[in-house]
Amino acid sequence: MATAVSFQKISRYFGPVRAVDDVTLDIAEGEFFAMLGPSGSGKTTCLRLIAGFEQPTSGHMEIFGVTSEGVPPYQRNVNTVFQDYALFPHMTVLDNVAYGLMVKGIDKPTRHRKALEALTLVALGSFGSRRPSQLSGGQRQRVALARALVNEPKVLLLDEPLGALDLKLREQMQVELKALQRNLGITFVFVTHDQGEALSMADRVAIFNDGRIVQVGSPEDIYERPNTKFVADFVGSSNVLSPAFSKAAGGPEKWASLRPEKIGILPARAKPSPGQQGASAKIIAAHYQGSVTRFNTRTANGEVINVTVPSSLGKFAEGDEIMLHWPKEALHIMAGEA
Amino acid sequence: MSFSRSVSNTLFRHPNWFLVILLAPPLLWLGVAYLGSLSVFLFHAFFSIDEFSGFIKYELTLATFAELFRLSNFDVIIRSLVMATAVTLASVVIAFPFAYFAARYARGKWKALFYILVMLPLWSSYLVKVYAWKLILAKEGIISWLAGELHLTWALDALLAIPVIGGPSLSISFLGTFLVFVYVWLPFMILPTQAALERVPVSFIDASSDLGGTPAQTFRHVIFPLALPGIIAGSIFTFSLTLGDYIIPQIIGNSSYFLGQAVYSLQGTAGNIPLAAAFTVVPIVIMGFYLAIAKRMGAFDAL
Repeated sequence: MATAVSFQKISRYFGPVRAVDDVTLDIAEGEFFAMLGPSGSGKTTCLRLIAGFEQPTSGHMEIFGVTSEGVPPYQRNVNTVFQDYALFPHMTVLDNVAYGLMVKGIDKPTRHRKALEALTLVALGSFGSRRPSQLSGGQRQRVALARALVNEPKVLLLDEPLGALDLKLREQMQVELKALQRNLGITFVFVTHDQGEALSMADRVAIFNDGRIVQVGSPEDIYERPNTKFVADFVGSSNVLSPAFSKAAGGPEKWASLRPEKIGILPARAKPSPGQQGASAKIIAAHYQGSVTRFNTRTANGEVINVTVPSSLGKFAEGDEIMLHWPKEALHIMAGEA
Repeated sequence: MSFSRSVSNTLFRHPNWFLVILLAPPLLWLGVAYLGSLSVFLFHAFFSIDEFSGFIKYELTLATFAELFRLSNFDVIIRSLVMATAVTLASVVIAFPFAYFAARYARGKWKALFYILVMLPLWSSYLVKVYAWKLILAKEGIISWLAGELHLTWALDALLAIPVIGGPSLSISFLGTFLVFVYVWLPFMILPTQAALERVPVSFIDASSDLGGTPAQTFRHVIFPLALPGIIAGSIFTFSLTLGDYIIPQIIGNSSYFLGQAVYSLQGTAGNIPLAAAFTVVPIVIMGFYLAIAKRMGAFDAL
């Protein structure tokens, strides 16, 4: 499969700030690619580099094999859904969607017909004559999507497009975006700081920290096999355990990750079953969260381990001495240092 | 309980009283002192003056309005209208790039510098500025000196030789009047334009170019329409201030009358209050038409 977007040692500095620092990355055609990281990690700058709003300070970049340094945004076959949607307030919804076709000189009947098709695709066919200000947040988001898709881009960039929506709508839009991407077969590059969003929608995820990519892989890779402490902590708030702990558990003396939901709780001095490892600990705090209960525990060596168990099993309370246990393979030894 | 607290509590329970207290002074001022006296004055336009005695005849008539269309009066109206239009257009052209720079690029101390540059002329007396301009534009003034030094006297002479707008020197020509009008009213165009541009998020400009709009198309379809309410607001200032001003054309220009001067002399030395009132109606009607057209063209859609 062709490479849609290729970063080769791309850096972007803003004065002394290295927003993007020596990033090398290939995004395949037709892929749903997520860029995940905390704010200020460089993921949005990477998106803006693809869109052409920013130019790299150094490095080489290609979009479908065409060098993209020095190519202005209006000459790229790439469209963006902006975080604030950036719908033009002085135009109707239909004219907003038709804007890209209008500036390309397509006649009014044709562009309005295509815009209407795009609006129908996002289930807003009857909203064309409204103003953006008369729409809800979710509807604006769909209009922004239609406005980008009507241009038949080769790559669609989405900058935290679900950030402004409430939880329920966000979950619904996740499903719809994923289905849309499957049907259209367009490469989607999606920027988010929400790991749930990235894991549930993307084919591959790149984790950003301090302007660099720290890990790229499938959601399973990223979640199950984080290669650094940062990834383990950022994606799903895993327990990051010290080299001493790994060694005591029979592994190499390296940092390890242990997912809170892989850990079970037994009464103190109970013996873990074969194939399981265990550690005795004390419950520092219990947080009831509906379907699950989250326990903060501390081992005798001072290692803090968070545990998530179904609330139906939660007969433990703060201050209890307990035995933690987990399947041997759940303790993932991390290759990276930081 | 202190007095101020009991007043606060009373107002809290009767929010309408608070609105009355808030709005009474400005409404009294606007309603009685301003609109009241203005309408009494304007009403005089429906009276006429007795040509022999010079007294006002208190009988309703449209004769005074008809007088506006006499050639000598109508000339004043057309001259003022053309001048106000030219000043407004020039202000837009000069103000826009400046306002755009300030809204998009200036940050921190550059922004402070921008505000100082724009406001500075407003801090000094208007009369002083106009007299200063008279010196600048005079035959022996800086501009003709500079033209001489640059061997461009021929260009200045050619400019002054243009019929109607030229004259013996810049300070005695419509061109000079125009320059000073533009200078004096420019801040009133820059500030609202800048405020309107400031409200255009960068993401709109990004979005337009992302969708394939060249910078020129982005300007035409996104930036300009969104700045238009600010430009219209500024043009209301430049247009109406030019229409009503009676000092600048008196000091700089070829002593042909503008609307403001006509009103000034008619209500003063000539004592013809009805005709002065009729002249006063003219800019009000013109501004009414102007705003109606602007609204029709969608200038306020983005408000």
